[in-house]
Amino acid sequence: MDELVIQKLGPLSDEEMVLNMGPQHPSTHGVIRFVVKGDGEVIKVALPVVGYLHRAIEKIGEIVTFPGFMPYTDRADYLAAMFANEGYALAVEKLMGLEAPPRAQYCRAISCELNRIASHLISVGTMGQDIGALTPFVHALRERETLNDLIEELCGARLTYHYHRIGGVAFDVPDGWAEKTLRFLDRFERILDEYDRLLTWNEIYVKRLADLGVIPAEMAIDYGLVGPNLRASGVDWDLRRDLPYGCYRDFQFQVPVGKGWVGKVGDCFDRYYVRILEMRESVKIVRQALEKLPAGETMHPKIPKKVKPPAGEAWARVESARGEMGYYVTADGVSEKAQRVRIRTGSYLAMGVVEPLSRGMMIADLVALIASLDVVAPEIDR
Amino acid sequence: MTLSPEEIHAKAKAAFGEAVGELQPPAKDAFFTVTPAKIREVCAFLKEDPSLAFDFLEDVTATDHHPKEPLIRLVYHLFSYRHRHGIVVKAELPRDGASLPSLDPVWKAANWLEREVYDLFGVAFEGHPDLRRIMMPDDWVGHPLRKDYQEAGGYFDITNVRDSALVEFRRMDEAVRAAAEKSAATNATPATPATAPAAPAPAGGAQVH
Amino acid sequence: MQTAADQLIRSLFHQDPGSWPWTQLVYLAFMLAAGMIMTTFAAVFSGTLSWYERRVAARMQSRIGPNRVGPAGFLVWVADALKLITKEDVIPADADPILFRMGPYFVVTGLVLTFVALPFGDRIIAADMNLGLFYILSITALVVVGIIMSAWSSNSKWSLIGGIRSAAQVISYEIPAGLAVMVPVLLAGSLSTQGIIRAQGGPAGGSFFEIGGWPWNWFLFENPMAFAAFFIFFTAALAEGNRTPFDLPEAESELVAGYNTEYSGMRFSYFFLTEWANVWVMSALGTLLFLGGWQIPGVASEAVDHSGWLVVASVLVFVVKTLALVNVVVWLRWTLPRIRVDQMMILCWKYLVPVAMGCVLLTAGWIWGESVVPVSVISGFHLAFFLVAGIVPLVLFVRQTFQNLRLVGDRVDLTNW
Repeated sequence: MDELVIQKLGPLSDEEMVLNMGPQHPSTHGVIRFVVKGDGEVIKVALPVVGYLHRAIEKIGEIVTFPGFMPYTDRADYLAAMFANEGYALAVEKLMGLEAPPRAQYCRAISCELNRIASHLISVGTMGQDIGALTPFVHALRERETLNDLIEELCGARLTYHYHRIGGVAFDVPDGWAEKTLRFLDRFERILDEYDRLLTWNEIYVKRLADLGVIPAEMAIDYGLVGPNLRASGVDWDLRRDLPYGCYRDFQFQVPVGKGWVGKVGDCFDRYYVRILEMRESVKIVRQALEKLPAGETMHPKIPKKVKPPAGEAWARVESARGEMGYYVTADGVSEKAQRVRIRTGSYLAMGVVEPLSRGMMIADLVALIASLDVVAPEIDR
Repeated sequence: MTLSPEEIHAKAKAAFGEAVGELQPPAKDAFFTVTPAKIREVCAFLKEDPSLAFDFLEDVTATDHHPKEPLIRLVYHLFSYRHRHGIVVKAELPRDGASLPSLDPVWKAANWLEREVYDLFGVAFEGHPDLRRIMMPDDWVGHPLRKDYQEAGGYFDITNVRDSALVEFRRMDEAVRAAAEKSAATNATPATPATAPAAPAPAGGAQVH
Repeated sequence: MQTAADQLIRSLFHQDPGSWPWTQLVYLAFMLAAGMIMTTFAAVFSGTLSWYERRVAARMQSRIGPNRVGPAGFLVWVADALKLITKEDVIPADADPILFRMGPYFVVTGLVLTFVALPFGDRIIAADMNLGLFYILSITALVVVGIIMSAWSSNSKWSLIGGIRSAAQVISYEIPAGLAVMVPVLLAGSLSTQGIIRAQGGPAGGSFFEIGGWPWNWFLFENPMAFAAFFIFFTAALAEGNRTPFDLPEAESELVAGYNTEYSGMRFSYFFLTEWANVWVMSALGTLLFLGGWQIPGVASEAVDHSGWLVVASVLVFVVKTLALVNVVVWLRWTLPRIRVDQMMILCWKYLVPVAMGCVLLTAGWIWGESVVPVSVISGFHLAFFLVAGIVPLVLFVRQTFQNLRLVGDRVDLTNW
């Protein structure tokens, strides 16, 4: 079964051995597998083998109705399900030629930014854990629990939200929720300082990540990296600011870009630190959104029970926690089911960059590289 | 400078003539079709031309039009970070023996995206450096995202077919009911009148399994 | 051992054991008893430390930690040990069965043997060899043999990489550790563990503040070289004990579990017994070499020799100092990330070894200088160095702690566990 991978590795010299890393390995972030050809600790090449979590979500999209597919999008990226919801909702809304009401758009932005913080917390925490610092991970999870509580109060679920619907959002913001969220944000900003003191500027941590896995800007674009991975390479691009969707043009926020804080631009540390800074920006966005939250409906009044968009195809993309998430949805105008649903995810293409970068790394570096790319197995395989 | 789809299409048409089809009326996302054999040249032009500069290959996917037309359409979503404009390029292929040049020499991102299309749609990419299945195992039969794909019923000893859960529940219910009737029938003719009334059958499928 | 046995028998039975017919058997029984005590101490200590470490880790991570079995969860290590002992001893089909079984025994033996020369207080030592330190440094090498044996015989690539890492690490770090140990050895003029402790007791017949185990009598504050040597020794000891940030041989995020990947049940617990008991060994070594050992402040070591209660006090002093170091080791483990294997080698060979070598040479020069320079200059420098190296870091530490507490604001709780 593995003949093709082994063939791809090429012949082994006397010193080299093949190391099978995953799919059951503590730090491959889900069921991802790497076939590593190495000389002792030094990797000659690491080939990613994915597909262990392939659930054919795109095929399911052709079998279920348009609204019926929404819960499945949660499973495409379970750490940042809000974005998966929103991307699909935007694509179908584009097909139908309507837009969610303003209050719904603000609810979307708030929930997405909270979800972005939760997702980045996991990313930052596992980064520390993969480098060997076990404490920051639990601290990150602690804050994520509070966030999960908030999101649960908003939409009733803690992981697979199914909150965004075609034409709006499922529930309005509950009473007293905004105050709770603001209280959390006040606390969270101080906690972010704590992470900086505990982990970010730790000498060992910096030494481990500086100048490791450097992705120059051209390479990042060429390989189709998106989101924080792209920005860490110095490309100043954020869909929320540059091609705003929803209500994002109402907010003031910075887009953190990798500056080579401890080494070259686009190394693993930059990818890590861009995420820390993005969490601060998300806090800002949520504050502004809660302040400006307009009154009105949370659901478009003209959404029929049976969603049957006119024939056509739509490409919608959102700035997910793992970068640009694109939905390509086609409808034939007759059926209640999509003809084709395509989910373009950031993690999938981020995996493509592992093979060229892995040459000459050490095994411990490969773990750090995967963590810094923040790949999530279900998003790779869908 | 951001160009509209019409301008982008005009430039491509001027450079390649017949190989570039008409711009479809931009209902949602404007696209034009390219002769499959020419796809690499057209895309290289779209990337290299300084006024177009499509440096970002957003997505490569395909749509299968099985019952209506014997076609697979490759869909390329291109975007330019420099000019902030995007375009959709399509290529029409026959369903049997679908094959066209790979875009890997133009954008490295095409490597993995095309592998996925190869795996799930069975489109061969000429000149692809690493054309292996990616989602499915190497020895999988068929291409799942084709409309006429039939599941083989299993993979080695692993079955992917099972009875509907409803059928199983109904079977369990009937077993429970049968057991209850049986105990009621035995209790209906008691030896002594003092016997307790028929006990209700245990809930759930505990008896069955 | 023989003299201790003689003394005990004389005081208990008022007889001279030399006159007994089977004297050698009596001594053998004594040795067995001492061996049992050592082994049990190692096992009980590592169990207790496993509980303690989990409590501290939980505290640091805003968790509760084990709190079900016994008071404050203290007996959880007994439950763990019982569970591990009753588990099936799985031996992989392709493993080398003999070496696979033997590996853990080597590891445990290498560890327990170090306790022979480790003191717990004045005269509380299994064997006060005059080559005690040399013995400890050499016997720990047995642990590496066991680790490589189990790593190789597991027939797993993860185990193998872990084992090779461990071998490279322990062998490399024995050099700076050995060199750093030479500094107190030179200062004390003895390789015996008791001799080194006794040399940290201040001048004989001094005043109350001059004799005994006051911090300014410790080798740590003797001179800058010894101060540096302590940190080199501590770093190297962490590396030899596979503790974070040098836990590369069992780096769970890289190598699954390193050399013990394929082990289960009791054999697996042996590795952990060793790891935790090793923390005691390294901390006890640090205490006796640099932190004044069991010396009681204000009490001359001769006075301790003649009083039973003072011996108990000396044991207390030694244990408290050692546990303080153990606590630091635990804190480090739950704070620091792990370094990479090449960085580990660079740290050892490019920095620690040359600095340690320099410390040894300079200390030799220092000892020569002490015989030339007037005593008043020496003691003046001594005091100044104590202030700089002892008081200033302490003040900085306290200040930083309060600063961090202010930054965090509410939620202040300084309990360790």
